[in-house]
Amino acid sequence: MIEYVTGSEFIVLMIKIFVIFGGVMGALAYLSWLERKLMARVQMRPGPTRVGPFGLLQPIADGLKFLFKEDVIPTHSNRFLFIAAPIVSLVPALLSFSVIPFGPSLQITDLSVGLLFIFAVTSLGVYGIALGGWASNSKYPLMGAIRSSAQMISYELSLTLSVVGVLMIANTLSLAELVTAQQSTWLGIIPRWNIFLQPVAFVVYLVSAVAETNRLPFDLAESEQELVAGWHTEYSSMKFAMFMLAEYANVVTVSALATIMFFGGWTGPMFGPALLQMALPTVWFLLKVSIFIFFYVLMRATVPRFRYDQLMRFGWKVLLPLSLANIVVTSFVVAIS
Amino acid sequence: MIPIGWYLILSAILFLIGVLGFFIKRNIIALLLSVEIMLNAVNLTFVAFSLQHGKISGQIFVFFVLVVAAAEAAVGLALVIAMFRNRESLNVDRSNLLKW
Amino acid sequence: MIQILFFFFAAIAVGAAINVLAQKHVLYSALSLILMLTAVSVLFILLQADFLAVINVIVYAGAIMVLFVFVIMLLNLPEDEDGADRLRWLKFIGIPLGLFFLVLVVTTLWNLKASPGTQPQLVGSPAAIGQSLFTDFLLPFEVTSLLILIALMGAVVFAKRDL
Repeated sequence: MIEYVTGSEFIVLMIKIFVIFGGVMGALAYLSWLERKLMARVQMRPGPTRVGPFGLLQPIADGLKFLFKEDVIPTHSNRFLFIAAPIVSLVPALLSFSVIPFGPSLQITDLSVGLLFIFAVTSLGVYGIALGGWASNSKYPLMGAIRSSAQMISYELSLTLSVVGVLMIANTLSLAELVTAQQSTWLGIIPRWNIFLQPVAFVVYLVSAVAETNRLPFDLAESEQELVAGWHTEYSSMKFAMFMLAEYANVVTVSALATIMFFGGWTGPMFGPALLQMALPTVWFLLKVSIFIFFYVLMRATVPRFRYDQLMRFGWKVLLPLSLANIVVTSFVVAIS
Repeated sequence: MIPIGWYLILSAILFLIGVLGFFIKRNIIALLLSVEIMLNAVNLTFVAFSLQHGKISGQIFVFFVLVVAAAEAAVGLALVIAMFRNRESLNVDRSNLLKW
Repeated sequence: MIQILFFFFAAIAVGAAINVLAQKHVLYSALSLILMLTAVSVLFILLQADFLAVINVIVYAGAIMVLFVFVIMLLNLPEDEDGADRLRWLKFIGIPLGLFFLVLVVTTLWNLKASPGTQPQLVGSPAAIGQSLFTDFLLPFEVTSLLILIALMGAVVFAKRDL
């Protein structure tokens, strides 16, 4: 149904959009700092230290550097698509934040098909990579783009199928309702999170989410040892920064989705004065999301890359049957109880 | 509220563009794309009538159209690859060995 | 307000569809088609079919068109080779005939007196669609799964160099 917003609602909505997108953009910038710092600690290096205390101003320095770098467009590239590709990559990645509930009321809009909306917009993100690689008119980017589009459609299947079990239990597609369905507890202590009901789905989701975001151990699209930098080899300056931002945005999106679907979203213990209680759900949510992001970064630092045939075999012959089996078992249990 | 006629006219225009594309274009992938345009035009009609009559079955049919479109794209593109391998060209006029 | 949205996205859909034909390179045609699909999906939302709108984007833009773009990139096609186009004259007959047909359809629909008053509220929610799909349309649903299976095998048979 199409609803109209009144004046005061419109202002509240605008404030929400500013808060969420401002926060997300800031967080994405600091994610690059976090990743560099964490990776460095794993590899016994100090990481960025020069700009500000603990290198905390590094993202700002990076941003300035990106702005002032020369914006190279290769001579034989396809100019229009070359410029469009980073935008095509970034916009869908940011769009998905419009339905993610950061707190009980901190959500821009709660679509009745919110989860599918996120899958729809993230599935558009593959065009940014594919077009960027094709428009560069160079061999490594093209190989990266072809690899990544094949990889992303393969793993999208198991990603989408892995959440079906959760949806059958929660009986909704709206992200806010998915969270509220997990609010109560078992025996008063154990939270009613879907991870306890759907452990297999969670593992499948986590693995295919890493593959969807093209990060190690599934970063065959950019694998720097073989393909220089894969699909964004020819990119520099702000366009490269947009690809980076899109990648981090996708990481945050899949982490937020994992939190919402399997770890109860913004639910958590409530205490303290009323003002604190307003902020607590968002704090819990961000805490859970950052655990996933830590996991992602540590995985990048520790796990070696898959070979391409291994990647395809793993996606089609392990993850897909697993998620299908999970759906069958879950539907039996749901039908009986 | 938008009258259903507008949707039908839009759908007719889109369908016509698809048909024209199917006749004009010679590249086999472009032909497949024209078919997709036609399927989408038909989908729009189905959904418009579904709202007009208050019946969900129109939307169900869109599902079946989607499935057929997916099957068509998969088989069609496999044929495209096979054809490109044999003829080094995607022009439908070039694959004329069975013609006399 | 809804009228403005309708005309805006209808214009995008028609423009993108024409662009599919106008472009020389198939990759641009495919991208243009994605734009058209998205515009049609927005029209689905205006028609209260939210679920279908999202599914349309996921299946078409997210899967089918990725396949097209993938094949176009894989074959690394040159610009549209026009060559000896034996059916060039078809354009000059086809477009006027098509426009004539369009005028015919539009005038017929324009004179149509639909009953706008009895429009029941219908929301294409996932639950309603699922309910209908798995009761009234169970057999067609199963048959489509068979169709998908056959298409799967067909694609493998055609594309594989030697079985």
